[in-house]
Amino acid sequence: MTSDVDRMLPSKTPVMLLGPDGRPSAAGSAHLPADDELLRGFAGMVTARRFNDQASALVRQGRLAVYPSSHGQEACQVAAAQVLDREDWLFPTYRDTAAVVARGGDPVEVLGLLKGDWHSGYDPYELRIGPLTTPLATQLPHAVGVAHAARLRGERTVVLAMCGDGATSEGDFHEALNFAAVFHAPVVFFVQNNQYAISVPLARQSVAPSLAHKGVGYGIPGEQVDGNDLAALLDVLSGAVARARAGEGPQLVEGRTYRIQAHTNADDATRYRADDEVTAWAAKDPLVRLEAYLRAEGILDDARAAAFTEAAEEVARRTRDGMNRDVEPDPDDLFRFVYSRPTPQLVEQLAVVHDELSRTESEAHR
Amino acid sequence: MTTTAVAHETLSTAQAINRALHDAMTEDPTVLVLGEDVGPLGGVFRVTDGLTAKFGEDRCFDTPLAEAGIAGFAVGLAMNGMRPVIEMQFDAFAYPAFEQVVSHIAKMRNRTRGRVELPLVIRVPYAGGIGGVEHHCDSSEAYYAHTPGLHVVAPSNPSDAYSLLREAIASPDPVVFLEPKKLYWAKGDVALGGDREPGIGTAVVRRQGTDATLIAYGPAVPVAMEAAEEAAREGRSLQVVDLRSIVPFDDATVCAAVESTGRAVVVAEAAGFASVASEIAARVSERCFHSLSAPVRRVTGFDIPYPPPKLEHLQLPSVDRILDAVDDLQWEDA
Repeated sequence: MTSDVDRMLPSKTPVMLLGPDGRPSAAGSAHLPADDELLRGFAGMVTARRFNDQASALVRQGRLAVYPSSHGQEACQVAAAQVLDREDWLFPTYRDTAAVVARGGDPVEVLGLLKGDWHSGYDPYELRIGPLTTPLATQLPHAVGVAHAARLRGERTVVLAMCGDGATSEGDFHEALNFAAVFHAPVVFFVQNNQYAISVPLARQSVAPSLAHKGVGYGIPGEQVDGNDLAALLDVLSGAVARARAGEGPQLVEGRTYRIQAHTNADDATRYRADDEVTAWAAKDPLVRLEAYLRAEGILDDARAAAFTEAAEEVARRTRDGMNRDVEPDPDDLFRFVYSRPTPQLVEQLAVVHDELSRTESEAHR
Repeated sequence: MTTTAVAHETLSTAQAINRALHDAMTEDPTVLVLGEDVGPLGGVFRVTDGLTAKFGEDRCFDTPLAEAGIAGFAVGLAMNGMRPVIEMQFDAFAYPAFEQVVSHIAKMRNRTRGRVELPLVIRVPYAGGIGGVEHHCDSSEAYYAHTPGLHVVAPSNPSDAYSLLREAIASPDPVVFLEPKKLYWAKGDVALGGDREPGIGTAVVRRQGTDATLIAYGPAVPVAMEAAEEAAREGRSLQVVDLRSIVPFDDATVCAAVESTGRAVVVAEAAGFASVASEIAARVSERCFHSLSAPVRRVTGFDIPYPPPKLEHLQLPSVDRILDAVDDLQWEDA
């Protein structure tokens, strides 16, 4: 019994393979992912960082209503997408747009929710990504249901479900972990602990030894990992995905990271945290760390780095072009998707809107 | 619509619902039944009796005791090819699931522009009249009816319970299926089989009448029928409309009925303030005003928390209370 519990407990400190200076840790070299995996991850992070900063700029220009940036959390974003196969599912939160882009989502469609055109811009089935969810933790039981349905059909699908540290306080987090454990569902719960839920620090969410420790209470193995170390994230998350796929049931992974920017553009982080805290975390930047390693090992050269930057610029360009293009929303859409067939009442209400619009139009022509 | 030979059997409402689940599971392997105690026990009202034994634990199974989890889990099942039928054990125990119902089940189709449909059914043992202790007898239909994206149905007899549930399970839209607890043991003739006229979205005239129209749904329908019977003995001819479907609402049938009599009383167990009964009264007043000889009356529960069993009879619409309301409809002979 004791050994079962021990197996479920996370490491005493977050798993780290590359230190902030890019040097492999003592345990690091044995676990380091293959060079091409690291290069792919680095390219993904360069794009994710550029995408984050482009989206934030679009908010300042009034083209996006709001953008919750994952600047500083790019290693978590990219790793979450990179460890999944095509047939797997990803369930993101609103701060995980970079992960959706990393899994192949069109950046313009992904930002649809935040632009205000419609609530979910992309096709969840095409990407096998759940809709971006703003109510916290509510997507986690969905992930368990998707995984269970796949398991009933004998498919090899794994579902990776993301949430933040604040969401671990929500009831749906606990219910989802418990359902996944009881039904032995192939789900990897990936908590990005970025230390703040808007303004509230982690200490007000939980006094557990770590968020990864929450797994053992449900009979789920937990692991904590340095969330700014892409190498460690790829290693730990791909291990969790492999175990879930092999039928070992759900897994919980906490990525210890930091939200470098405010919650959104509407937030003022100076009201609740000190600048030197941000500076200290900025020194652990996931891109700087991996680049230092890749260059020191001769895996990355200037030409390749330039190509990654150019690819990221292309994503930023597409994002800008898409966001600067105004698409006239169709008023009929208000009623079109509520039911598979509109109720008689919705038919009447749509006619009211049509009537109003036609009168506005004829007044404009008068 | 194709018609096949329809078998008839005398069943209680609980048995009719059980049969609907059984027949749907037989026809469609993606239909799953899940909830608290629905497995080997067969549900606290025995509605799922025998389903686990017949279809196995993958098809009808107990879940952890967590209503939000059940509803959220069902969203995922429905997203991924299944047709889950979930049971909320009692109406007043369903509230933890409310966020999943309102924010996801009701909105998924709309927020994904029709790409993700959720063909799931939320079965809710519903309303009073069984002497239930606190938190076992809420009439919660207004919460669901007020939430765009849900269909809300409430059968009043075993045959409708069977056919509406078959239709709900086959529907691509989420359906809140309200099962009047006090009618679980009421028996009636049930038309079995998969092919039928649409019931969701359609009201039916249960009793013809010429003097006034009683509009009811679910557990209030048998009381309205009894009131009409009593009124007939007193020389008044009351028509009874059974909504069956709260959402979509059948304005056409309700209005035609009210226009034929010129007087209307809405009967419902739920507290009256901001209720489905209020909505019906408002719709009838707006749409049938020129046919009305009297203001539309409502006979509903009082605006109080559901009372303890020994006072419950004062809360539920009774034949006398309905007839008093009918007497109030400004009769010219009065």
